[in-house]
Amino acid sequence: MDIIFLMISVSIVIAIIFFVLFIKSVKSGQYDDLYTPSVRMLFEDEFINDESKIKETKSINQITNK
Amino acid sequence: MANEICYHCGTDCGSKPVVYDDKPFCCNGCKTVYQILNENELSCYYDFEEAPGKIPEEIKGKYNYLDNEQIVEKLYDFRDGQTSVITFYIPHIHCSSCIWVLENLNKLHKAISNSQVNFPKKEVRITFNNIKISLKQVVELLSSIGYEPFISLEDTTVSKRKVDRSLIYKLGVAGFAFGNIMLLSFPEYFQSNEYWLDKYKPLFRIIIFVMALPVVFYAANEYFISAYKGLKHKILNIDVPIVLGIVVLFLRSTYEIFFNIGQGYLDSLSGFVFFLLLGKIFQQQTYSFLSFERDYKSYFPVAVTKINKDRSESNIAVYDVKEGDRLLIRNNELIPTDGILISGNAQIDYSFVTGESLPVAKKSGDKLFAGGKQMTGAIEMDVLQTVSQSYLTQLWSNDVFSDHKVSTIKNLTDSISKRFTIIVLIIAFLAGAYWYFKDVTMVANVVTAVLIVACPCALALSAPFALGNMLRIFGKQKLYLKNTAVIENLSKIDTIIFDKTGTITTNRTKISFDGIPLSQDEKQAVKSVLRSSNHPLSRMLYNEFEGDEQLEVDAFNEVVGKGLEGTVNHYHIKLGSADFVHVKEDQSVQTQSFISINNNIKGKFIFENSYRDGIEDIFNELKDNYRLGILSGDNEGEKEMLKALLPRDTDLIFNQKPSDKLDYIKNKQGSGGNVLMVGDGLNDAGALAQSNVGIVVSENINVFSPASDGIIDATKFNVLPHFIKLSRKTLKVIKLSFVLSFIYNFIGMLFAITGNLSPIVAAILMPLSSISVVIFVTIATNYVAKSTKFTSVNKT
Repeated sequence: MDIIFLMISVSIVIAIIFFVLFIKSVKSGQYDDLYTPSVRMLFEDEFINDESKIKETKSINQITNK
Repeated sequence: MANEICYHCGTDCGSKPVVYDDKPFCCNGCKTVYQILNENELSCYYDFEEAPGKIPEEIKGKYNYLDNEQIVEKLYDFRDGQTSVITFYIPHIHCSSCIWVLENLNKLHKAISNSQVNFPKKEVRITFNNIKISLKQVVELLSSIGYEPFISLEDTTVSKRKVDRSLIYKLGVAGFAFGNIMLLSFPEYFQSNEYWLDKYKPLFRIIIFVMALPVVFYAANEYFISAYKGLKHKILNIDVPIVLGIVVLFLRSTYEIFFNIGQGYLDSLSGFVFFLLLGKIFQQQTYSFLSFERDYKSYFPVAVTKINKDRSESNIAVYDVKEGDRLLIRNNELIPTDGILISGNAQIDYSFVTGESLPVAKKSGDKLFAGGKQMTGAIEMDVLQTVSQSYLTQLWSNDVFSDHKVSTIKNLTDSISKRFTIIVLIIAFLAGAYWYFKDVTMVANVVTAVLIVACPCALALSAPFALGNMLRIFGKQKLYLKNTAVIENLSKIDTIIFDKTGTITTNRTKISFDGIPLSQDEKQAVKSVLRSSNHPLSRMLYNEFEGDEQLEVDAFNEVVGKGLEGTVNHYHIKLGSADFVHVKEDQSVQTQSFISINNNIKGKFIFENSYRDGIEDIFNELKDNYRLGILSGDNEGEKEMLKALLPRDTDLIFNQKPSDKLDYIKNKQGSGGNVLMVGDGLNDAGALAQSNVGIVVSENINVFSPASDGIIDATKFNVLPHFIKLSRKTLKVIKLSFVLSFIYNFIGMLFAITGNLSPIVAAILMPLSSISVVIFVTIATNYVAKSTKFTSVNKT
């Protein structure tokens, strides 16, 4: 029945591991913004790369290099 | 034929849309954004949401100051040799398309390595290579796709807000301990005198004890601090009996464990702390996209353009503006301080200050006040005062803004807890005295049991949950309150003071015509002339006229600050001020525009702010229970009209400077009133801060509003009496739940006094009472909110 020492220590170690993970996730800011990630995860790489549409003079260059 | 809707921003394209790529656009600006996104593989922007965009604003020159390193230094979150990180507030962020396009900024410029949106806060955090792209270019890039960031003086003066996550940590600690202690306590509850259990009992107890330590000394520390502060000020707040309970629970459990008497009450203790913290989190719900602490700083620009003696322009920080400086104020820029207009066509929009939505025309030599926004073209002005000494900003030197608002109204829970604590101590004493004579060994046992059971867990939870839930219900009805204490204060209001312009009037302008009615042909001609003018009044009139046939206008001429004229067919139309149209000036204080056709005076258009729908009903509904008043910064022009509209005993006070408003509220409070101030502009900021509850009426809750206790959406203004009623009912619910929790305390007390409070009874009674009280207040507040029908009065 001394196995109970092992069992208790294992269960407490597991509980503490999860607790530490929780603290870490809070620290990394996971709980600061609870909405945006729910939208972000639905995005894929929706880039439309249609060669014919890309004009020779990119208007964006004009704007940023002014 | 119905007009097409702009593919980019969703506005009506009018009769001549700009067509590009088979898609209609309302203007070239929108078309350009589409082009930019399309060329950079980002056209999916239009797939998530229909017409998600915004017409890009003209920003030429506006952000030149961002090249001045000294000024922008404080804007950065982080900066080293190559990498810069900056967080922008972008008001336009509103949909998933916004998130998508802003997080793919690196597609638009390679030097931007990462961008992350915080949607609830409407913020984007951008990491970029500061050698390859400058801050100014980043801002211009954002603006070019319609996401112009809002950079205000506040960003440079206030140190970045640190996120306080300690409550979540504490909840985590308490929850962890609660769960594990409960688990380890279980065997002892169910089996006694079992061999193996007896053998491991000490081990279990030690583990429990170790886990309870952080709960008492870390998770519950705020209660100790608050109770200590309360006692120091000789107030028995609710935290005093809470701390008393925690301390007694902990000491007795420690004693029992170390002297091998029993298992103690540490599971109840950690559960108790866990529930209390849960209540705190629930109560802490705030609206992260709103700010209730804003002053003029979050509205004023970071830098202004100064014109040097040699006519060259330089950017200086707004705090460096000195008396005598000459400033250039561009279109849509803000006047940072009081000054004199030197040149340019000034149309100043003071809506942020006064709530007045019509721009005011100024001639050169006129005085300009801080806080106005220039609407048409660039102007030059000479500075009379430094920024912090202007007419508007000196209001903030008043003590109201430096002191934290001390709640004059006593919190319901605290006032009950005072009696509660005294009664509990008396009971503990009496029970102790009784057992002293009957069985001395039981005295300590009974006295501690009484204090444990009296621990006002349910009592302490009912207010946070009831108020927190009501805060959410209010939020759904578009009244956003700063915190739960506001609901309590709102229920105790007996005087309500309204600002006039922008609060009980709308920003929609009512245009009426006084004179000889115009024929259909004439109207068409007038409209055609108006089309060429960008003056705000012209735009308003233009929208007022029907028909969209476009006639050719000859000899169009607009005289700045005076009026405009033009010939359409055989009509020569003149529109503008009295001397422009050659009418005798009348003494009216209203904004008006005269019209003559072929030199025959036809009459005048009168621009008025219209009162909000149902304003009469609101005042009639409130007049029986509250003292009412109107506090206006305007002249007495509308006094008679208001008198007719409002109940007879309403105070009407005009010509109030911002500081007068503050003093008026102070006066009312001096004579024992609990004042609710309803305002909207910066000029109400003092009154809002001074009043017991200050609520801001806002046409668009995402734009600026001064510091307040709450922000109400303008469409819900007519429901205001219901909110006040509801806050009163909430307090009734809390009182009822107090009765419920007293019953639990009474039952527990019976166990305690008779000396039968075993750990298992405590472990059952404590969560049971807490949870049932929480359920009760949640259901009751929802029920009360439902029975107050918001929809029935919501006509608009």
